[in-house]
Amino acid sequence: MNGRSNGRGLNYLLTLGSIVVILLITTWAQRTLDPYRLRVLSVGAIYVTLAVGLNLVYGFTGQFSLGHAGFMAVGAYTSALLTMPVAQKARNFFIVPIHPALENLQIPYLPALIIAGLMAALLGWIVGVPVLRLRGDYLGMATLGFSEVVRVLINNMQTITNGSMGLKGVPDYVNLYWAVGSAVVSVFIAARLVNTSYGRALKAIREDEIAAESVGVSLFYHKVLAFVAGAFFAGVGGALLGHWSSAVDPKMFTITITFQILTIVVIGGLGSLTGTVIASFAYAVAMEWLRFIEAPMKIGSIEIPGIVGMRMVLFGIVVLVVIVFYRQGLMGQREFAWDAFLRRKEAGTAAGAGKGV
Amino acid sequence: MTLDMFLQHLTNAVSLGALYALVAIGYTMVYGILRLINFAHGTIFTIGAYAAFMGIAIFNLQWGITYILAICFTAVLGMATEKVAYKPLRDAPRISVLISAIGVSFLMENLLIIFFGGRPKPFFRPPIFTQVLEIGAIMIPVLSFAIIIVSAILLVALTYLLYRTKPGTAMRALANDFETARLMAIDVDKTVALTFMVGSSLAAVGGILWALKFPQINPTMGGFPGLKAFVAAVLGGIGSIPGATVGGLILGLCEIMLVAFLPNLSGYRDAVAFVALITVLLLKPTGLLGEKGQVKV
Repeated sequence: MNGRSNGRGLNYLLTLGSIVVILLITTWAQRTLDPYRLRVLSVGAIYVTLAVGLNLVYGFTGQFSLGHAGFMAVGAYTSALLTMPVAQKARNFFIVPIHPALENLQIPYLPALIIAGLMAALLGWIVGVPVLRLRGDYLGMATLGFSEVVRVLINNMQTITNGSMGLKGVPDYVNLYWAVGSAVVSVFIAARLVNTSYGRALKAIREDEIAAESVGVSLFYHKVLAFVAGAFFAGVGGALLGHWSSAVDPKMFTITITFQILTIVVIGGLGSLTGTVIASFAYAVAMEWLRFIEAPMKIGSIEIPGIVGMRMVLFGIVVLVVIVFYRQGLMGQREFAWDAFLRRKEAGTAAGAGKGV
Repeated sequence: MTLDMFLQHLTNAVSLGALYALVAIGYTMVYGILRLINFAHGTIFTIGAYAAFMGIAIFNLQWGITYILAICFTAVLGMATEKVAYKPLRDAPRISVLISAIGVSFLMENLLIIFFGGRPKPFFRPPIFTQVLEIGAIMIPVLSFAIIIVSAILLVALTYLLYRTKPGTAMRALANDFETARLMAIDVDKTVALTFMVGSSLAAVGGILWALKFPQINPTMGGFPGLKAFVAAVLGGIGSIPGATVGGLILGLCEIMLVAFLPNLSGYRDAVAFVALITVLLLKPTGLLGEKGQVKV
């Protein structure tokens, strides 16, 4: 590692610089782009937060979790209920009155967002402690079951969640600043976590649990840590999604959304934060770009009606093609690194810090 | 609750459970051999129902013939998806195959939306199936009996296939040890294709019976029954056919009895399956009839 220590300072400088550049670009985009493009970019950034969470659990720790939707739902409802104005709550709960404890509660957005993440994390801890004893597919099935139970509970807890009608008029706080800010913070936290001894322990568990345990890695502690951190990001991402669409209802949090986030993570590359960021934006933009296929077209005086469903058909084909030809995802386990970028890479060390254990 | 009413609920429960079991077997067989959670299986179920719908509503065929054609069509489609989406990934990481299955499911569901529209369509019920049998004080729809009988026959046939025929032996061998079975000159491609054929046709039967029971079809109808059948497969021990049957029956029983005995909690009906799943997994991590370590068909 000689010669690397000099590079460290430069790396931090470059990272700091790139964050400033991202902020400048965000400011520029928020001021000049039209609302439609802003919404697409925002949802891409929200996917980053969500996908980073799942990648931490599955990509870095190797724990197959299909419960993301459940944590997202908890986050979305928490933040929506905490920030909604009293009058709007009354308008929503017209069949069954709202629980009195929640009726007059209203707090600012940022604390609500953090509480949303913490609620999801708390639930992640409650679920994770018993369930993380399971391995592989069985863990996936149990977490999937948990996520569906959350949805059924939301459907039935009328006084708190307004049941299947959902909540409308959730304050639409999410602009590009919030979405990108949360994405940057999540990537930063995840990168810090992954590149410390915790991260090396997580990767060791992913590669071989028994070997990891025999060199003194506490399986239970690290698995729960990753799971809780993943749940936190899912909660924050879910909350952002609720404020982005200014409505929250149980149908938003079916297994489909978990599959979408999982697809982003796998296509980006399991265990690559860089891949996750690229795939999140690519996914958001592709989904919108494919929309033109469903729009009615006009050629001369002949009008071709739009074909509803065509977008998802093409999307399915794109996913199949990507997965068949890029089995490791776009980035594999590699990360973007300044060293590789500056061609200062030392012989024998892999390009990404994300590679070795 | 009188004995008569209990028997009536029991019949309902067994017929629902038998439906879950039919679909669960498809999950379990594919998982047993390829270790793949085939999330496209629920969509195959839907396609079975739509194929039957098309035969009657568009081609005006007689219902019995339609059902058989629909089952054949679905079986071929199941094999085709395996060829296109799973076979190229046989040596890839398992997660790639799972994502591929999710892609297939998106694709097929939306093709259905393109061809038939997203709105629910009424499903034709042949007059026999709308009749109700009166046995003493119990009223049981003929359809419930039909579902139980059809499922029982198919289960017996499947057991015969698996334990008394050569292709069935090949399937069990592959499920036991994929690599060794391959070395023993078992035609892997053919056997996997057969597995998908059998699984998909059972899903199609399930889809048609489901559409007869709840006479309305829509492109996403396979979602919940598919997910529950999958839960049934895991509950009974994924990879085990008796397990899938037991799991299906348990789910059917739990659901119907919850609604019958605790009507206040009927909103939680869909949670029963998942609560049962988590409980069983925590107590016996490989499912009720699943074996430790080696999973068998």
